[in-house]
Amino acid sequence: MSTTTTASPNEAKLWGGGKSPFNSEYGKVMMWYFLMSDAFTFGAFLISYGTVRFSTNGWPNSNEVFRSFPFAPDGVHAPLVFVSIMTFILIISSVTMVLAVHAGKNMDKQGVVRNMILTIIGGIAFLSCQAWEWNHLHSEGAWWGMNPFLNADGTASSTNFTNFFFTITGFHGFHVFSGVVINIIMLIMTLLNKFEQRGHYLMIEKAGLYWHFVDLVWVFVFTIFYLL
Amino acid sequence: MSHSHTDQEAHNAEAMAEIKKVTIILSVFTIIELILGFWMISMTSVSLKLAIKGTIVILMMAKAFYIVAYFMHLKHEVKNLIMTIVVPLLLFVWFISAFLWDGSSFRNLRNNYDPHFKEQATIKVEQKEEEHGAAKHEGSEAKHEGAESKHETAKPEPAPYY
Repeated sequence: MSTTTTASPNEAKLWGGGKSPFNSEYGKVMMWYFLMSDAFTFGAFLISYGTVRFSTNGWPNSNEVFRSFPFAPDGVHAPLVFVSIMTFILIISSVTMVLAVHAGKNMDKQGVVRNMILTIIGGIAFLSCQAWEWNHLHSEGAWWGMNPFLNADGTASSTNFTNFFFTITGFHGFHVFSGVVINIIMLIMTLLNKFEQRGHYLMIEKAGLYWHFVDLVWVFVFTIFYLL
Repeated sequence: MSHSHTDQEAHNAEAMAEIKKVTIILSVFTIIELILGFWMISMTSVSLKLAIKGTIVILMMAKAFYIVAYFMHLKHEVKNLIMTIVVPLLLFVWFISAFLWDGSSFRNLRNNYDPHFKEQATIKVEQKEEEHGAAKHEGSEAKHEGAESKHETAKPEPAPYY
């Protein structure tokens, strides 16, 4: 593998057969195409949210809805604080994933194990935050089909807001959960010396692509639901 | 042998510097987004709010670019591979503009031709105002016309959270 990656791309030779024209492993290319299709799924969700919001006269104010914080006294007003912590948890876990991929390229097993553990901790921390937020919103009476929040201008709101919120953050949270499971499997395989035997850590790279995609989607979900 | 070893080390240092740089950029962009978000809370000017929302969207796209290009290493891939991924995603330009246009057109049509839809956007629900203990007189004013719609949109009482 390493011999093909160092070759400079010469167009005629590249497509002349005998070597990988994309200069990349099959599984990695397919992971890219899977992520592309997943991007269209998330894109469809977010665009339908935007369409419904544009076709409605009033909409709840996210700073009023997402204003609480764990262990804070009742009636605390802290908009954006909790979700910014969630965002930074996911960014940091993305960085540790990059470091794990980087360590894998150097065949540094210790580095891979350390950074994979940190990434898994970050993923679990994010899921815990989301579980708390869902539980809190549910205790306020919000769920699919139930919206206790009024529009920003004080008029009655439809259930579109909560339906979209729980569906999209739920779909993203399920991706985070799958990513954590995949990362745990990768960690176990690393500890069992599977990748040392294969001579490369390409599986870590593929898991890394998935994990970064999860972070990428959160960039959009966070901005669209909490900031705009 | 020793030459390739130092080559490897130089490459490592370069990659680590890139990771560090992108981490800082992502954090700074997120902090700017949050500052703009906090600033927007107490803002009343609609046009300024729209400008800030536009800025936030640009920052969001920049963050997405840095994650895909550097963390996912797409920038270091062969150009053909990049094109097979990026070109189909250009469909989003059409999706977003077409659907948002359609949404706002639907709102205009309903406001013009559906009196009930338009009326709903003017009736304030008193529940929230009573909670804050303010604007009592305004609530009694709207009570007559609001009473009917209140039954339709009866909301579950928010349970106290501990």
